[in-house]
Amino acid sequence: MQLFKTPNIDFIKYRWHAVVLSLVVIVAGLAVVFTRGIPLGVEFSGGTVVVLQFEGQAPTIDRVRAALDNKFPGNAGNVVVQSYGPRDMHAVMVRVPQVGQEAGANLRATANAVNEAIAAANLGRFKEVGTEVVGPTVGRDLTRKGFLATALALGGILIYVALRFQFSFAVGAITASIHDLLVTMAFLAFFQYDITLNVIAAILTLTGYSINDTIVIFDRVRENLRGTRRDKMRDVINVAVNQTLGRTVITAGTVLLSVLALFIFGGDVLRGFAFTMLVGAITGTYSTVFIAAAIVSFWPTGAGRRVAVAAPAARSTGSSPAPATAPRARTKSQRKARAS
Amino acid sequence: MAKDLRWRVILIVVIVGACLWAIIPPSQKIKLGLDLKGGAHMVLRVESDDALRLETETTMERLREDIEKAGVTGATLAVTSPTQIQVTNVPPAQDALFRTTAAEIESTYDRAAGVNGSYTFTMKPNYSRQMREETVTQAQQTIERRINELGVTEPTIALQGTNRDELMIQLPGVEDVNHAKEVIGRTGTLELDMVEVGPMPTKEALLQNYGGQEPPNMKLRPGVESIAGEAPSTVYYLVSRVPVITGRDLRNAKPSLDANGLPAVSFSLKQDGARRFGKATGENIGRQLAIVLDNRVESAPRIDGRITDSGEITGHFTPKEAQDLSLILRSGALPARLTYLQEQTVGATLGADSVSAGLIASLVSLVLVLLFMVFYYKLSGVNAIVALTFNLIILLGAMSYLRATMTLPGIAGFVLTMGMGVDSNVLIFERIKEELAAGKGVRASLDAGFSRVFLTLLDTHIAALISAAFLFQFGTGPIRGFATTLVFGLVSNLFTSTFVSRTLFLAILSRRHTASLSI
Repeated sequence: MQLFKTPNIDFIKYRWHAVVLSLVVIVAGLAVVFTRGIPLGVEFSGGTVVVLQFEGQAPTIDRVRAALDNKFPGNAGNVVVQSYGPRDMHAVMVRVPQVGQEAGANLRATANAVNEAIAAANLGRFKEVGTEVVGPTVGRDLTRKGFLATALALGGILIYVALRFQFSFAVGAITASIHDLLVTMAFLAFFQYDITLNVIAAILTLTGYSINDTIVIFDRVRENLRGTRRDKMRDVINVAVNQTLGRTVITAGTVLLSVLALFIFGGDVLRGFAFTMLVGAITGTYSTVFIAAAIVSFWPTGAGRRVAVAAPAARSTGSSPAPATAPRARTKSQRKARAS
Repeated sequence: MAKDLRWRVILIVVIVGACLWAIIPPSQKIKLGLDLKGGAHMVLRVESDDALRLETETTMERLREDIEKAGVTGATLAVTSPTQIQVTNVPPAQDALFRTTAAEIESTYDRAAGVNGSYTFTMKPNYSRQMREETVTQAQQTIERRINELGVTEPTIALQGTNRDELMIQLPGVEDVNHAKEVIGRTGTLELDMVEVGPMPTKEALLQNYGGQEPPNMKLRPGVESIAGEAPSTVYYLVSRVPVITGRDLRNAKPSLDANGLPAVSFSLKQDGARRFGKATGENIGRQLAIVLDNRVESAPRIDGRITDSGEITGHFTPKEAQDLSLILRSGALPARLTYLQEQTVGATLGADSVSAGLIASLVSLVLVLLFMVFYYKLSGVNAIVALTFNLIILLGAMSYLRATMTLPGIAGFVLTMGMGVDSNVLIFERIKEELAAGKGVRASLDAGFSRVFLTLLDTHIAALISAAFLFQFGTGPIRGFATTLVFGLVSNLFTSTFVSRTLFLAILSRRHTASLSI
C-alpha cells in the first residue's frame, strides 16, 4: 500500500503564499495578545486556584460567581469560575489572580476566603479537592526559567543543526521553530487557553517535533545534494520534500491521532496541553514543508556548492538524475551506521 | 549471520526481561507523582536574615558588655541591618581603648570608622554566607525531623532556588495540609524566663516605672489570661532577658495531663540544663516562671519548689495541640521564619481521576496508532507493534530502576514517545519501500533502509534530547517528570526502532528466503 505513488508537487512555488499566510496568523495572534493579553496560568502570574467538589449536583457557574462577587468586590471580573472534570465529578474550579501578601501562612488566605464565600452562599455540601497557590516571586522565577529553557533549547538545536548540516539549514530550522511557537501562541491567545507549565511543556515538545520533521527533510536534501552539483537548490529541496511526503503525512497523522485522543479523553488537566500539541502537530508539519525549506531556498549563497566541497567523494559518482535511488558513495558515518 | 542473530535476540531478551522484572507489579514499582497520587507540594523560603540578625544582636550585646567592662562610657550601640552594628559617640579619649576591646569581634565583623567616634561593624561576607547556609541546612533538618514525626511516607525535601534558600517539600498522600503546614512552619522556640513584673493589661502600665522603655535586663512579652467565665484577654509580662533554660536544653518532650487532668506537655532536661534549672527554681521559690513559646507567654506558673530534670508546660491546649507542641519541641526550633512561596494540594480522588483520564487517553491513542500500522504496513506493522511494546516496557523499566516519578505530564511524555516511535518505524519502512521500488532485493532493501535512516534518526533524536535536557535543567516538578520520560523514551526508542525492529526482520528472513516483504 502506498499513500503517494510518485508525488511531484512544486512546494517551493508556494513559498511566498505560505510566508504571507503565516504572517497573517501571527499578526492576528499578536493583535489578540496585545488587546486581550496573554492569559497566564497561576504558576506564572501568581494567584490561587481552588477545585471544589460538591456532594450532590454542582451549582451553576453563575451562582458560584454570584457567591464570590460579594467576597471579592471590584476584583470579580478577574475571578474565573469553570466547571471542572467530567460532569459526574460535580466539581467547580475557581481561580483568583494574585495573592496579596506573600507572608507566612497567609498564602492560603484567598483559598480560605473562597471556601467561606461558597459555604456562606448555601450551595450545598462541598469539599476542597485541590488547591494551587503561587506567590508572585515564584511566578516571576518560572517565567524567567521558561524563557531561558526555550531560548537555550533553540540555541542548542541551532548549533547542532549548523554543525551537522549547514548554517542556512540551521537558520531554516530555527525560523520554522520560532514560527511554530508564534503560531501556537496565536492560537492559544485566540482560544483563551491559559499558559501553564503543562502548555509550556507542550510547546517545547512540539518544537522538538517540528525540528524532527525538519531534520528528516534536510537529511534527505543533504543526501540528494551529494549526488548532484548542478541542480538548483529549490529543485533539490522539492525532490526531498516529495520523497519524504509519505512519511511526513503518515507521521503527522499518527501524532495527530495520539494528540486527539489526549485532547478528547485526557480530562481537564491535560486539555491545554493537548490543544497546544494539536495546533503544534499541524503547524509543525506545515512549517517544515513551507517555512524551513523556503528559508533554505531563499538563502543567497550557493548551498549546493558548499556541500559539494564538503563531500568531495560525491564528485566521482557524477550527477545522477534520480538521487534517491542512485548508488551513492558511502560516507564514513554511513559505514559506521551500517554496522549496527 | 545466524550467530549474529542469536546474539541480537539474547541481548533483546535480557534487556526487555530485566525491564519487565523491574515493573511487575506496576502498582508497587512505579512511583506516582503528587498530581496523580494526591498530596501537598509546597515551596518555602528560609528567611535566613532572621538568623543573621540574631547573631548580630548577640554580638552587639557582647560588645556592649565588653566595652562597659573595659570602662568605655557614653557609646551608643544599635543594630541597623541584619549584618550591621552601628556604634556612635565613642568619647575621643577612649577611642583607642574602644578599638582594642572591639578587636574581639573583628574575627567575624569588619570595622569601618566614621566621623565623631562612630563605627560601623559589618558581618564578613564569608561568615554571613556560611551562616546563611547553616541556617538553611538547619531549617531543612528540623523540617525533616518534623515531617518524619508526622508519619508521612516518602516525603521529598529538597533545596532549590537561585540563592539556595528555598525548600521544596512534597508530602504524598497528606490530606490535612493545613495541619502539616502548622507543624512545619511553627518556629518552636521555647524559653523559660523568670517573671520580673506583671502580668498587666497594657504595655504602658508595665513600663511606667521604667520610663516607657524596656529595661536592659528584661524583655516585654505578651500572654493570655483567661479567668473562668470571662473572655480571654491579652496581658503583658516583663521577663528576665537571659532565659533560665531554652528549647535546646530539652532532652525529650511528650504530651501528658496536668494536675487538673488537662492536656499539657511534659519535658525532661539534659544534664547541664537540669543543673541550671534546679539552681534557678531553688533560689526563686514563690516567684512566677514564664513559659514563653514563640515569644508569647503560654503560662506563668508559680514555683513551688526546686525542680531539676523535668517539668511540665501547661496552657490552654487541646489534646492535639499538646501533641503537636511536643513534636515541635522534640524536633528543635527553626533557626528562622519560613515564608510560603507556593503551595499545591491535590486530593486523592482528583489524582485518581487524572490517572484514569491519562491512562484512557494513552491506551486509546496507542490502539488507534497500532491499528493504523497494521492496516498500512501489514505484517511489518506487527513488527512495529512489537518494537513499540518493547519501547514501552524499557521506558517503564528505566523509570522504575531510576526511581523516577510518574507525573501527569509524564503520561503525556509516554504518548509522545509512542509518537516518536511510530515516526521512526514509518521513516524506516517508507525508505525500505522506496528501495524495493527501485528494484533492490529484499535483503538489500532492508539493509539500505535501516542504515540510511539510522543517521536521520540519530539527528532527530539528538535534537530532541537537547531540548529535553534544557527542559529538565530549567523545569520544575511535573515538567521534570515530562523531560525524564522523554529522555528515556528517546533513548529506548532509538534502540527498539532500529535494533529490535531490524532483528525481527532478520529473524523472518533467516527462516524463509522470501523474495517479497509484507510492507
